[in-house]
Amino acid sequence: MDRLFELGSEFWVAAYETLYMVALTLLIGGAIGLLLGVVLYSTRPGSLLPNRAVFNVLNVVINFFRPIPFIIFLAAVQPFARYVIGVGIGNDALVFSLSIAASFAISRIVEQNLITVSPGAIEAARAMGAGPVRILRTVVIPEALGPLILGYTFIVVAIVDMTAMAGFIGGGGLGNFALVYGYRQFEPAITWAALLLIVIFVQALQFFGNWLARKVLRR
Amino acid sequence: MALVALKNVTKTYPAPEKGGREVVAVDDVTLDIEPGDVYGIIGYSGAGKSTLVRLVNALEPASSGSIEFDGRELTGLPERELRKVRLGIGMIFQQFNLFTSKTVQGNIAYPLKVAGWSKAEIAPRVAELLEFVGLSDKAKSYPEQLSGGQKQRVGIARALATSPRLLLADEATSALDPETTQEVLELLKRVNREFGVTIVVITHEMDVIQSIATKVAVMDGGRVIENGDVFEVFSAPQNTSSQRFVSTVVKGVPSPAELAVLRERHEGRIVTISFRDGDASQAQVFLELARAGLDFELVYGGINDIQGRAFGHLTLAIRGEDAATDAALASIAARVEVTEAA
Repeated sequence: MDRLFELGSEFWVAAYETLYMVALTLLIGGAIGLLLGVVLYSTRPGSLLPNRAVFNVLNVVINFFRPIPFIIFLAAVQPFARYVIGVGIGNDALVFSLSIAASFAISRIVEQNLITVSPGAIEAARAMGAGPVRILRTVVIPEALGPLILGYTFIVVAIVDMTAMAGFIGGGGLGNFALVYGYRQFEPAITWAALLLIVIFVQALQFFGNWLARKVLRR
Repeated sequence: MALVALKNVTKTYPAPEKGGREVVAVDDVTLDIEPGDVYGIIGYSGAGKSTLVRLVNALEPASSGSIEFDGRELTGLPERELRKVRLGIGMIFQQFNLFTSKTVQGNIAYPLKVAGWSKAEIAPRVAELLEFVGLSDKAKSYPEQLSGGQKQRVGIARALATSPRLLLADEATSALDPETTQEVLELLKRVNREFGVTIVVITHEMDVIQSIATKVAVMDGGRVIENGDVFEVFSAPQNTSSQRFVSTVVKGVPSPAELAVLRERHEGRIVTISFRDGDASQAQVFLELARAGLDFELVYGGINDIQGRAFGHLTLAIRGEDAATDAALASIAARVEVTEAA
């Protein structure tokens, strides 16, 4: 326990790093995932902008990357990260790789939630003369907003989980802190302190997501 | 000039399975809908009526034939142009299809936003529509807080927002209880009367046609098998399918099974007399029977009022001398239709 107090400031830095990685990944991966999910949804046969080629290509690409274990993906994408953001190690390199992985996962969640929107509401909007892009923006996404928020909440918890691997490419965060100062130095109290803070983060995120979804769904 | 003119319109869908036959949903339909009509389209589910109505506002493209709305040919128009056409055609649905994420006023404002109205123009128009459908106090409610009838009234307000000339009602009352159905039908009548909106009503319920339609088309297997004035079709349906629909609201000639029951309970000859507006009155017929010294009672049937014109079938059990009965019936048959049960 004394050791934890000695490391106090580093503990909080690690906490901040976790939050930074989660927030940035959610922002970038969330936006790209939303876009991909909407494209998947709207290009499928019989949807608003059916396009078999786009749908099939995207479908195959997502199915290719989704099952790759993240720790291997992290290593595999490293050269690409170096090329695009100029750095292959550290928190930013993790955010880069994690954003890609998360956007594929998010695209599926977005697609699945958009499919549940009532075809009747879409037909009504079409009957009123609305075009496909307007319908996506003003009907499909708003109608699916509640489940979308719950989907994003689910994924953000997974993102917290994956930031724990940042240490693998020289990044920080609570996961790395737990391994470096706790596990490797035989200080279970430190491992548990990091673990508890992660649990608190996850609980807070889940609580906030549920609250927001309830508000949107008016239940 | 007809507001909607369908000429030899056919809609086919590709075969559901490979090697199967393509599905003909609408088969060579020719139909004119005049401005001011309340045009009923009746048929069993799968008869093609919902597809037909979706061809009129081009939600589905026709496979062949011509569809004119307000003098303009719709087939072959690009999607961008069709969207403008749809702004001038309102539509309401069986499941109401309100946007659950928007309030009542948000729902009604939606088509106005699509039409490019400014916020300042939208607010008074929405208020006016809410007033018309009697839901001014529900402006900020969400659809799930409304009853079925209220939801459909929002649907009607939303469909009328851009002042369309044509309103398509796809089974608009089928999810409602009988009382609410009447309320919604009354509202549609007002829409037709006060705004002169032409209405196409799709239904499988003959009483809906009876209460609001001026003209009716009966569909079966994708074809229009009979159409015309509601009074004509109701009082003298030409086709077995039409007859079946009419019999759901009009008690006509008793069926063989009903006849057997009537015979068991009533002595004498069973005779059905069919009255139509303009024929001899009931009083004249009954007077004739009484004069012949015949004893009769009314055992089956009824008189209906369609668009202010009466018709009906009355089945009588007549007791008396055969010769006198024959003479009286012959004299009545000269003026109204008489069918004697074998």
